[in-house]
Order: sequence, then C-alpha cells, then structure tokens
Amino acid sequence: MALVNIKIEGRDYQVESGLTVLEACRKCGYQIPSLCAFNHGKCSRASCRVCLVEVKGARGLCASCEYPVNEGMEISISSAKAVEARRASVELILSNHEKNCLQCPKNGHCELLHVAEMVGARDGKYVGPMTPKTYDEVAPGIIRNSAKCILCGRCIERCKEAQGIAILGFENRGFNVVVSPVQNRSFANVPCMQCGQCVNVCPVGALMEHSEIDKVDEAFRQGKKVIVQTAPAVRAAIAEEFGEKIGTPGTGKMVAALHRLGFFRVFDVNFGADLTIMEEGYELIHRIKNGGVLPQITSCSPGWMNYMEYFYPEVIPNVSTCKSPHMMQGAITKTYFAKAHDIDPKDIFVVSIMPCTAKKYERQRPEMDKDVDAVLTTRELAKMIKRSGINWQKLPEEEFDQDLLGEYSGAGVIFGVTGGVMEAALRTAYFVLTGKEYDKIVFENVRGLEGVREAEIKELGIKVAIASGMKNASKLIQEVKEGKSPYAFIEIMGCPGGCINGGGQPYVQPNLLPNEDDDILDTYRQKRANVLYSEDERQVIRQSHNNKDIQKLYKDFLGEPLSELSEELLHTHYNPNREKYPEGK
Amino acid sequence: MAEQIKTPEQLQERFEHCAHCLEKKFKCEPGHKAIVVCGDTGCLSLNSQSILEEFQKIIKENKMEDKVTVNMVGCLGFCSQGPFVKIFPSETLYTKVTAKDAQEIFDKDILKDEVVERLLFVDPQTKQKVRKQEDYNYYKLQHRGVALVSKADINPEDIDEAIAIGAFQGLNRALHMSRKEVIDEVLKSGLRGRGGGGFPTGRKWSFVPDTDEPKYMICNGDEGDPGAFMDRSIIEANPCAVIEGMMIAGYAIGAQNGYFYVRAEYPLAVARLQRAIKKLEEMGLLGDHILGTDFSFRCHIRLGAGAFVCGEETALINSIEGKRGMPRPRPPFPAVKGLWDHPSVVNNVETLACVPYILREGWEKFASVGTEDTKGTKVFALGGKVNNVGLVEVPLGTTLRQLIYDIGGGIPGGKKFKAIQTGGPSGGCLTEKDLDTPIDFGSLIKAGSMMGSGGAIVMDEDNCMVDVAKFYMTFICDESCGKCSPCRIGTKRCLDILTKICDGKGEPKDLEDLKELAKFIQSNSLCALGQTATNPILSTMKAFPEEYEAHVKDHKCPAHVCKNMMEYYIVPEKCMGCTLCARNCPVACIGLTDKPAKIPGKFVHQIDVSKCVKCGSCMSGCKFGAIIKR
Amino acid sequence: MAKLQPHAVKLITEIVERYKDEPTPTMMILEDIQKEYGYIPLEVQELVSELTGVPVSDIYGVVTFYSFFSMTPKGKYIIGVCLGTACYVKGSQLVLDKFCELLGIKPGETTEDGLFTVDVLRCIGACALAPAVSINGKVYSQVKVDDVKGIIAEYRA
Repeated sequence: MALVNIKIEGRDYQVESGLTVLEACRKCGYQIPSLCAFNHGKCSRASCRVCLVEVKGARGLCASCEYPVNEGMEISISSAKAVEARRASVELILSNHEKNCLQCPKNGHCELLHVAEMVGARDGKYVGPMTPKTYDEVAPGIIRNSAKCILCGRCIERCKEAQGIAILGFENRGFNVVVSPVQNRSFANVPCMQCGQCVNVCPVGALMEHSEIDKVDEAFRQGKKVIVQTAPAVRAAIAEEFGEKIGTPGTGKMVAALHRLGFFRVFDVNFGADLTIMEEGYELIHRIKNGGVLPQITSCSPGWMNYMEYFYPEVIPNVSTCKSPHMMQGAITKTYFAKAHDIDPKDIFVVSIMPCTAKKYERQRPEMDKDVDAVLTTRELAKMIKRSGINWQKLPEEEFDQDLLGEYSGAGVIFGVTGGVMEAALRTAYFVLTGKEYDKIVFENVRGLEGVREAEIKELGIKVAIASGMKNASKLIQEVKEGKSPYAFIEIMGCPGGCINGGGQPYVQPNLLPNEDDDILDTYRQKRANVLYSEDERQVIRQSHNNKDIQKLYKDFLGEPLSELSEELLHTHYNPNREKYPEGK
Repeated sequence: MAEQIKTPEQLQERFEHCAHCLEKKFKCEPGHKAIVVCGDTGCLSLNSQSILEEFQKIIKENKMEDKVTVNMVGCLGFCSQGPFVKIFPSETLYTKVTAKDAQEIFDKDILKDEVVERLLFVDPQTKQKVRKQEDYNYYKLQHRGVALVSKADINPEDIDEAIAIGAFQGLNRALHMSRKEVIDEVLKSGLRGRGGGGFPTGRKWSFVPDTDEPKYMICNGDEGDPGAFMDRSIIEANPCAVIEGMMIAGYAIGAQNGYFYVRAEYPLAVARLQRAIKKLEEMGLLGDHILGTDFSFRCHIRLGAGAFVCGEETALINSIEGKRGMPRPRPPFPAVKGLWDHPSVVNNVETLACVPYILREGWEKFASVGTEDTKGTKVFALGGKVNNVGLVEVPLGTTLRQLIYDIGGGIPGGKKFKAIQTGGPSGGCLTEKDLDTPIDFGSLIKAGSMMGSGGAIVMDEDNCMVDVAKFYMTFICDESCGKCSPCRIGTKRCLDILTKICDGKGEPKDLEDLKELAKFIQSNSLCALGQTATNPILSTMKAFPEEYEAHVKDHKCPAHVCKNMMEYYIVPEKCMGCTLCARNCPVACIGLTDKPAKIPGKFVHQIDVSKCVKCGSCMSGCKFGAIIKR
Repeated sequence: MAKLQPHAVKLITEIVERYKDEPTPTMMILEDIQKEYGYIPLEVQELVSELTGVPVSDIYGVVTFYSFFSMTPKGKYIIGVCLGTACYVKGSQLVLDKFCELLGIKPGETTEDGLFTVDVLRCIGACALAPAVSINGKVYSQVKVDDVKGIIAEYRA
C-alpha cells in the first residue's frame, strides 16, 4: 500500500493512502468524535457532521469520515472553527433527541452522550419542536423509539447487509425523516425476523431489545421457582459488559452471578443443545433412510424461522421440526424435572438468557408459549447483575447445577457459533448411522466465519452446507425451493457468524472501547468463537449422545428420539401463511 | 419516415432548404400572411391553444388556407402580457389576446392590414402604444439569441424550423474537432454553469477521465427555484438546442448516452423533448454514426418527481438510479464516479443551450458579450412586484437597475422598490444601493447574493423581509432531504426562531442566535442546498437590520405583514359609514361608533381588534380606502 | 392488508414490464403508477418490489421522498396553489389559507366527499400569472382571496 505524507496539528505523519481522514487520525493517535462513522471510520453518508475537521485549502470543513487523505494534506482537529462546528452539530442533534438520558435503557452505551461530552455540548443551546415520535413496543423482540433516533442509518445498512431484507428505511423528507419499517409500522407487522442486528449497531436508545427483566422480578416476587438456563453464546461475551476485553470467557463468573441472583437452578442450554442433536440427528437419519424430504435444514435460530415463514414457506417440509434447544429444555424442565422434584409446573418459571432478541418472539409463539416464561438478552442479564451490587471482577468461578439437566457436552457449547450445530450433528451422526463410536471429533471443514460454506463429509457420503445471515443463506434456500439443492443437511443461523454475534449480545462500539484494537470490528466474532471452541476442547464429553444426563432422560422419560412423547414436547410446526404486512400498523 | 440526415452534406442541404422555407414563410408573398401564437406553458394556461384553433377555424371558413398560415411558437418571454399573437410580414404583436379577439384580428389585420389598436401593448412608463416587438423597451436591452431563440418565431415541434436557424451546425463542427479541441473551445468561451454554481463548463468536462468505461451526460432540468422557469421555456421553445448541446458535451467527454432529468411538473417541455428525440432518431441525427462519424449517442428522459434537492447533481444522480434524492458526499465527484458509478457530467439546461451557439458561432462571438468575470448572456425570470414580468435574456454586465426599471418597467402602483431577490432559496436580497451592480457571478456574490439559476423577484415596500426570510426557510425545511443534521435540524431551528419573531415573540438575543446558526449551516452542510440554505436569512439580516430589530425590539412589523404585529384600522375621517366592511367581515367584529360618518345618518365604523382574525376582507372591499393596516 | 384487484395487478405488471430494459427504473415505474393508478398504496409497492426485486422499504422511501407520489387516493379535483416566490410575494399564502378554510382541510389532504385535494405547488412556472392556482391542469391566474369561493363553486356545481 502506498504511503502519503500528511500533517495533523502541524506534525508530520505517514499513512496509507486510501484511508479516510478519520481513520488516518485514529491511526496517528487522534480521536475525532463521530457518530455515523462506525465501520472502521469509513462512512458512506457523512451525514451527522460530528466529525468535522479543518483541511487546509478545502472549501469549508470536511467530514473526516468520508474525506480521503492525500499527499501533503494538512489537517487540524483542534482549530476553533472545527471545535465549534462539531459542538454545534451535536447540539443540533440533541435538540431533536429525547433527552431523558437517566432513564434511557442505553445509558452507559450511548454514543451520542459520549460525543456530547467530548465536544462539550451546552444544555438547551437549540430548542424547538421535535419530529413527531413513534414508540413501538408491539413486537416481542425489539422496541423502537423514534424520538431517540439520530438518523445515522447504521441499522438500515446492517439490516440490508446481514439479512438482505431491508426492513428499515428512511421515510419522508427534511425534518420529518424517520428511520422505520414501511408506513412507520411496528416490527410486528412487517416481515421482520426480529434478529436484533439493528439493535446491535444503534448508537443511541432508538432500537432496544424488549426488556423482560420486570417479568423475572415479578416471578421472584410471586415466590416461583425461577430456573435460569443460559445459551452457549452468552458466556462468550458477557464479560465484555463488565469491562473485560472481547474474547474473555465468562462461564464460571456468570454462573456464580446467577447463583447470587437467587435462581432456583442454574442450567446450561447446552443440555438442550445435546438434546436437539439427538432429535435432529435421528430426524435426519430417518429422512435419509426413508426417502424423506432433503436437505434437512436446522431450526435452532428463531430469526431464520421468521424469515423462512415470511419469505420461503415452500421449504417448510425441509425444516427440522425440532424446537430450538432452550425451548426443548424449557419443556423438559416443566415435565421431567418438575415431576422428578414433585413441583407443580405452574410454580416453575423458566428464564432463558439468550444472545438473541428473536427468542423473545419465539417463546411467545402460540405453539409453544408454555415452555419458557421469559427471555433475557446477554445485555439484560448484565443489567440484572449490575443492579444487584455484584462485583464481577471479584466473583469466583462456579459450576452449573448438576441436577438432571446439568451435564453437557462440548458439542452443545459450539452451537453458539456458525457451523457449530453442523459439527455437533456430525459428531453424533456417525454413531447413529453405524452404532459405532467414531474417533473424529473436530470437523475443521465446517468451521469458519464466512457467510456460506459447504463441505463434503466423506465418512457419511453426504454434502452439507452452512450459512449465517439471511443474505448469505438466501442462495442456499432458493436452491432448496427449486429442488436443486445438492446437500443432505444445511445449517442456517439468522445472524452473521451465528449466535456469538446475536442481536442480544453486548455492543461492540469501537468509540467506547478504547482498549480494543483498531480492527476490533473485524476480529470480535472470531474472538468470541474462540471462547466456545476452547471450552469445547476442555470438555471430557464432546459428543451429544454421550451426555449421561441425556441418556438418562431418554431412558427414564422420553424413551427414544422421535418417540411420541418427544414429538409432543420437543417438536413443533410452522405457519405457511404468515402475512408480511397484516392489517393495522 | 422522415428524411435521413446522415452526412454533413445532407445537413447542409437541409439547412439551406429549411432556411429558405422559413424566410419565405415570414417574408410572405404579397397577399400571404403568417400568424403565430405563443405556445409556452404560461400562455397555454391562458388558453392560447383556443386562439390558435379559432384562427384555424376562421381561415378555413374563409378558405384561405393557402394564403394564411397559423402555428404555435416558443415563448416570447413577456409572459405578463400573454397570450401573444404575431402577424407576419408586418410583425405586429398583439398582447393579452383571447379567442374572442381572433375574428377581429382576422377581419382587420389579415384582411385589411389595419392594426387592432386595442390589443397593442401600452408601455407602462411612456404610456405609448407599441406595435412591433423590436420597439418594446422590454426587448431593447435584451440580447436574445444565445440561450433563448432570438425571435422565438419557430415552431418548437418542427425540427426543420430548428435546422433553419442553424441547429446541428455546431455539432457538425464539433464532430470535426478532437474532443480536447471542443473542450478548449468551450473553455475559451468562458461559459460558466448556468444552474447556479457558475463552475466553468469546459473545466467540468475536462475532469472526466479518458478511460474506456461507459460515461454519461446528464442534463439537469429539475428547475426547482420557485420563481424561475427559464429552463422550461428553453426546452419548450427549442428542444433541439438542448439536445444538440448535450450531444456536443457527450462527444467532448466520450459519453454515448445522455439523460434528461426534467421536472414532472413540466409536461409540455417533456412532451416536446420526447417528440424531438424521436424525430431525431428517425432522421438518424441520434443513434449510431452521427453525421457519418464514429460518434454514437442516445438520449433518454427521466422525470423528476417533486424534490427541489434533486437539482443538486449527486441527488439528481441518485434519483435517476431510482433512489431517494439524497446528495452524496464528495469526493468522489460525479466526473469520476457518477451515474451507476461511472464518470458523468451534469449540466444545466441553459448551459447546454449555450453550447451549440459557441460551437456554431465560435467562442469569440460568445465571449464578445459579458464581463471579465462571466461571458455571454443570462436568462432571468423577472417576477414579483415589477410591471413587466417574464423571461429576459440579457448580456452579463447589465445592471440590476436596468433589469428592474428599463426592462422591467419599474414597480407597479407607484410603490417604492425595496429589494430584488436573486438566486432563489439559495440566493439573497439586494437593495437600492446595489442596483448599479453589473450582473455576473462574482459581482452578485460580492454584493451578498448570487446568480443562482436566474430567478429575479422584485419586492416593494409592502413586503416584510423577515417574512420573506421565513418563506424561504419554510421552503427549505420542506425540501431539505433530511440527510445531514445541519440542514435537517438547523434549518428547522432557524425557522423556529423566525416564526417566533414573526409571531411577535422575538427577543434581541434571537437575532444573534439566528445569525450564528445560519452561518454554521452555511459552512457545514453536506451539499449545496444546505450550504446556501440560510443565504436568504443572512442577506436580509445584512440588508435590513432595522427591520429585524423592529420585530424583536418594538414588536412591530414595519411592512404590516406579520399578523400578530399589525391590525386593521378604520380611519374615521375617511369612513363613509357604508356598512360594506361590516357585512364582509366573517367574524362580525366591525361595529359602529357614535361618530357621524360622511354619509348623513350613517356612523363611522370601528374594528374590535380583540375579535379580528385579520383576514383583510374589510380592507380589500372598502371602496373609499378608509381601512389601513398599522 | 387489502388484496389488489386483478385489473390492478395487470396494470402494475404491465407498467413494470414497460421498463424491463431500463437500468434502475424505480422512479419511472412509480411515476407511471401514480399517473395511471392514481396513487401508490403499500400493496402496490409490495407488488412492484416483487416484480423488480427492489426492497419494499426502498420503494416506500422513494414514495415518501418525492412530493409527486401519494399513498392515498387524491380528490377528483386537485387544487394546486402555487407558493413559488413570485406567487408568494403576491399573496398566494392567503389564497391557500382560504381554500383550506373553505374546504375544511389542510394542504395535502382530501375532502371527505373525495371531491377536492388541496396541494401546495412549488412554482409551476406561471410566475407572470401570480398568484396562480391550478385545478386539474387548468390554471387560474391572479387569483384573489375573494375569488376562492367562486372557484370552488365552479367545481361543486
């Protein structure tokens, strides 16, 4: 890469050509406040005007997020003109922003508040009527508060880029512009997967998960036996909420915190994941052996299920009828576990901690609204921990409760990363097909973070494919729809990279993470994935069918995979007639 | 099938033939006459079509089809006097004609060579009747013929008449030059973009890289400045000129496709353009191997859909791409990465209309008029409180005073001139002291306004400048694309402050805030719309500080426009007691005093200001001028 | 959501077909729909999205950006009051206010009987006729506040 000489504040620097002024300044140790520029300091919009700097010879100030560096450029960030302009930009944005910051759910992660502090915004500098507000709390997964929105457009871009469906868009013109689903509708009344990718990138509190902390509080108040179960991906990221670097494992401390929060039992959804492998594995074998509909497609990701119902109902016969792991585990908790402990299932309140906002929708589906009672995101769990006066740094490492549903295999852990379900399934499939153990554990060829991958599994004589993010997956699904798919088994996850990058995971906001590397947006997914892969490696049992508690569950309760009871408790069905734009807003 | 023009020779032959026909038509053999009727949107909306039809009917009834012709022509430019009818060979020009007048014109002028005196224009200053166009003061200082058709007497729907006045001669010359030579010719002419920015056209073309990728020529006909309509008129009067200009530009930058982006509000312009393109395709003047060369070019039309910001070139490109018309950050500039990410040049209609002239007549002739700063002519849409309203093409360097008083005929109703607003919502107001400013890009900017696309709105003492600033801000707030925060929120906050001031709730501090914010928006917005959005505020604040101060300090609106700071008042000495105002009042707030009025037995009326809704019905109805605003 | 009538589907499909060889024809399609179908409700946008592959939200964004497009049917008579500068300085705001007052609607709205829509126009280029009002293409020139009542009556009859 060619280098160019530039001057920042009169000092000489050499930087790669092709960088924006913002990127270059960051590399040289300057932090320019910015809002819309989130992608490595590159921005195609240059709309917030918060990152203005003075460039010698340029007409007016330049938006550093889109202005390219060139040879001999002289940049001043600290000139009075630039300082005042950045402050005025922020002050104007604040004048059309609902400023109840103390009560804002984004408090602590608000990038606007951060830049307001950086630029020294003055209170009430500009006042006037605000753009009419829309507050959408109809959708179970996501809340939208337009009065917080600063129109940066990140969510629009993310929705397109990750899911290719463009639920969100700009609407109207001028001061009336809002970012919203069409007709300013609720997320519930448009074909939104509720994956929460938009929530992950929102710099302010305009897009938030639909919090269910109150529900959990109420269950405690009512004296219910509140059982918590945590998804695999949560442990890969929860530590970030407490200031740890991305990629720090949080399993032990998370369990310790959950114990201190007073849960009746602390379980791992990895158990449910192992159970899913048993059911889904047998389902696959059943289809292969009996000439059933192939390829079989996974059903663990509720975002993907939503997408499928809206856009590809034709592939319903291909989709596994298995409920997702936490729903299975909820169902087992309220039957098998309840029975064993002689507890009335009505007194049990199951809380799932998920990296996901779509799971909040999933648990309310009429087909299975009894299994799980509340879904909290990783972020919500962190809030509960923080408000309870627990000091994360000083927590000991503790183990999940060993009580019927306690054991889990390494196969369950890797469910949280794209390709994990496939790998877990492959570990068991050989055993199911041949009745013999197979010594191969790691299937490197299904690992990786690329959006679409395929692999040939010679041992089983099948081809498989893996995709995460609907934009990536749509090609595979289209093939299935057209009957041209060459695969036997396809794993699809709603969010790019899988659950480690789910819509309920801690925010990755480079502006607020001064201790992370500059390229953190490129690396955080791999770092989180590594947490799961290394936990898998540490497990003694790494195949679902060897999980002793699973074996016991089948022996004592379910009988065998795909038994009548299994079908009743662990399987579900889908809606082929889901309307994309139902009546009403 | 139209006759093909595939070689320079064929073009020359056709030119000679058509020029001869046109001359014959207007010179007229003895006993022959030609009638033309203005066919511009303005005149058409005053039913000029029915005048044309009436003439056709009368001619038919009199069986004189072989002796008298009648057809539509392009805009004559003196729109407040339209519709026009012009008779050849005498060149008598009748104004404000209706279909009912056709018979009289036919009976007197056509049959007996008598002038219909009552339809002649009366000069507002000399009070004299004027018969021929060239004798109008309105036209005397103009320099028509560069961007506008010199006499506008050609039928805009007849390609042959365009060829007769030299269409495609410039293209033919350009095609025998190298691309660089064409660019140089335009550079030397000093032509600057007529859409507002004033960027040298030749330089803009020269930025297009010499690569093999597709390139696009775009004509910006999204004339959005309220009060400007020259682009529409240019297309309507002579679509071939703009097409030819685009072809020359296309040749110069290496483009094979040209896109016209025209407002959907201009259906006639679009229809004429479409027709001309189709005809030229049939004739082989558009398509492959134009005039026997390797140059191929095709024209396409895209319609604007009512967004002022699409006049900004990157927003316009987004609009052609089927997106919201939100400007793109620059760099990259369109010349490098424009339409569909390929090099593109966007030129305004008037700019392109000047190009054939430059190539046909040579750059020297174009540059022979104008000022050091800006060469050539500029078309203005003169409007507002001025006697002669219409489109004028003046040599650059004409002063504002000449524009308003000599061409515009001064202010109607004996009112006092207050300001002239140029440059539309992006421009500013100039006052009495600026009237001797010669018009060009530099001088207008120096005076505190800008040329813009050529709107020139005259205001008189009855216009409140704070209200005018508020009007422009309302417009800008509606039309801001809403992308960048200074423009989206800043202009709204400016409007909030102006509204507060106009509502009589302003404080002196508001003026400081307004100025500071206006300056911020000017220097930090993303595109030209935002960067110029507050010019009307800053220029009126600069030119009329006392008017702003009266609003915020004394809470008075000197022009009596801002409703909260004025009231209607019945002057007792003038009131006749006729009761008309009381009957007109929609809220019955006019009552009687016990003071006798001039009519015996009647009493002076009085307005109960606490109930008055300030609709003005009383004042507009009073026959004695007894009601005033104060 | 209301399903489109077969004739509507046919019309929209035909319009989209018209521009199949054009790159990025969204605006052209929507303009024709606005002209020929009268308005562009969401179900039409959905159909256009299906036929062109452009996401509904993008189409919706375009429809709400340009003032030429409307998502609700317009009145039989569309009264456009020009608020261009030339018209404004000659009092067209008062004319607009009067139309709104007499019809009991705000600019952009349609009367309940579906007879009138009042729109604000931004310069129709008839500056010499200021203040200008255009009703279904017919231009009224130099309209005064007192003329408004009569103009409305003309169309009510």
